[in-house]
Amino acid sequence: MTGADYVLKRTLFALMTVFVAVTLNFVLFRAAPGDATSSLRSCRNCTPEFREALHRELGLDKPKLEQYGIYLKDLAQGDLGLSFVTRQPVWDELRQPILNTLPMVGLGYLIAMVLGVLVGVLAAWRRGTFLDWGGVSTSLFFYSMPQQWFGLMLLILFAGTLPASGIADPFIEFTDPSWWTVVLDRLEHMILPSTTLGLVLYGQYALIVRSSMLEALGEDYIMTARAKGLSSFAIVRKHALRTSLLPIVTLAAITLGFVIGGDILVEAVFSYPGIGLATYEAVFDRDYPVLQGAFLLLTLSVIVANFVADLLYFKFDPRITG
Amino acid sequence: MTTAPAAELLTRDPSDFEEPRRRRHAVWSVIRTQPQATIGAIVLLAFVVVAALAPYIAPYDERAKVGDVFEAPSSEHWLGLDDAGVDMLTLMLHGARVSLIVGFAAALVSMLIGGTIGLVAGYFGGKTDVALMRLTDYFIVIPDIPLMLVVAAIWGRSLTNIILIIGLIYWTTTARVIRAQVKSVRERVYVKRARALGAGHLRVLFKHVLPQVAPLLVAITVLSIAVAIFAETAIAFLGLGDPTLISWGRLIENAFSRSAISVDAWWAVVPPGLAVVAVVLACTMLGRALEDSLNPRLRVGHLSVRHFRLRNLRTEEAR
Repeated sequence: MTGADYVLKRTLFALMTVFVAVTLNFVLFRAAPGDATSSLRSCRNCTPEFREALHRELGLDKPKLEQYGIYLKDLAQGDLGLSFVTRQPVWDELRQPILNTLPMVGLGYLIAMVLGVLVGVLAAWRRGTFLDWGGVSTSLFFYSMPQQWFGLMLLILFAGTLPASGIADPFIEFTDPSWWTVVLDRLEHMILPSTTLGLVLYGQYALIVRSSMLEALGEDYIMTARAKGLSSFAIVRKHALRTSLLPIVTLAAITLGFVIGGDILVEAVFSYPGIGLATYEAVFDRDYPVLQGAFLLLTLSVIVANFVADLLYFKFDPRITG
Repeated sequence: MTTAPAAELLTRDPSDFEEPRRRRHAVWSVIRTQPQATIGAIVLLAFVVVAALAPYIAPYDERAKVGDVFEAPSSEHWLGLDDAGVDMLTLMLHGARVSLIVGFAAALVSMLIGGTIGLVAGYFGGKTDVALMRLTDYFIVIPDIPLMLVVAAIWGRSLTNIILIIGLIYWTTTARVIRAQVKSVRERVYVKRARALGAGHLRVLFKHVLPQVAPLLVAITVLSIAVAIFAETAIAFLGLGDPTLISWGRLIENAFSRSAISVDAWWAVVPPGLAVVAVVLACTMLGRALEDSLNPRLRVGHLSVRHFRLRNLRTEEAR
């Protein structure tokens, strides 16, 4: 199979997954009992007549198949619909939370990746020593903690010294701050949630990096490098780490897809107004267009990230033939 | 499915035709011989026993107010009291039951779904395989916690629903690993011979393929218990757990929403989290040890490692 074939096949797979995701998203939210008119917040005391009118206005009275057609057409034009609650375009509702989430979750994943690669490489290098044992067991320990619980632990420990909730100091704007103060304030608010994410997530990266390193260290060319008399550090850095970077790079690409999704649990613990919290509120409002939009964006970003990971794999590993 | 040409069959070693010895005791022997697996199994068993005996060994009633709000740990109340003055140790013991039931039952559901999809996709291949794997891909990329919230909000917040929701979302790993395994078992000569002798697909699947992948299925299911318990704490934390039942996830949520943090009542937060860590750790250790020795794909990587000893050379240099 040639390179073009591989890329074509991957593209087709990604497109098929997108189509499945788009369709199942529709099924998930339209087949669901209860709609905007049975929402918990927006229409508690509505009369049946008003409910009827609302149904018509939102296009919920048409047959399901016709609704699906309209949904696909709107989607093709980039229209995600209007929020049931605020009547604003879904995209406008989602943009700000996503922008809030990206730096915080991005930082969290960055901490996780750096720590994971560090611990994984050291553990594999010193395999069988106390360092290896300690690295693997702390990784497993952090990996076994519920995110929300670890967040609460950090809150208990640091509640006095670091900002514990929100994205920015609500009073800072009255002090006529410089842009630097604003950035610093934002960063301070990111410390606890990002650290929570980073520490809870690094464990799995460390384990993957470790086994990938061990596999690389078992190859014949490492034996050759040793026979040449290279130092252990040179072997690990130049020969083993380079080859085992491949799964790490693709893992990083896949991870990027999840960054947009934010993290409901961490955002709930630290009241961080990100996309996770927005989805959470949309669930309770039965705001299906917003949920549908959020699901679509999240699934699309993961699919695209996976696609990129596949292509990276192909670019970096000449052995891949599809 | 194509059967091998007669000439090829003739040139094979006769032992190829024999079905590989069923590894009925594979799981048990791993638990006995590998310390990681032994520890994991013992811890898990201990929690199951405690959960089963909870009503008999709990010191107080799980709804009785036995002291002040957020009373600190003392000799009468080892883990202190919660926001309603209920004994935390009692709550922890009762919480173990629900958390473990959800963990085991949801893992079972995911085993049934993932196992079936993996078997069917791997065995039949072709269009069935493609269709089922696209479906699996969708469940992998879908945001899991939001989906659980949506379904929990729609279906209602009963224990059965929560078990079903978790099982219905976390079957993808099982399906993928089993499919890969079945694909290789399907090509073995004894399976082809069984087909050639006229055995139906169902009979081949259940009598010849399933027994070969069963130990691996057990390993992944042990790992999914951990995932399911995590998922339960997440659902409970976001306020969609069964409101009538006490679980570890609910206790964490309770501590958060009743602001145990602001009164420094660490005893209301630490124990449920540590209990989750212990069970998840036990499942992970047991599951990983089982998977390492049962999944041939992993074993190849691990075997090659043993030929290389970087560390020893260094100590020799030092001498």
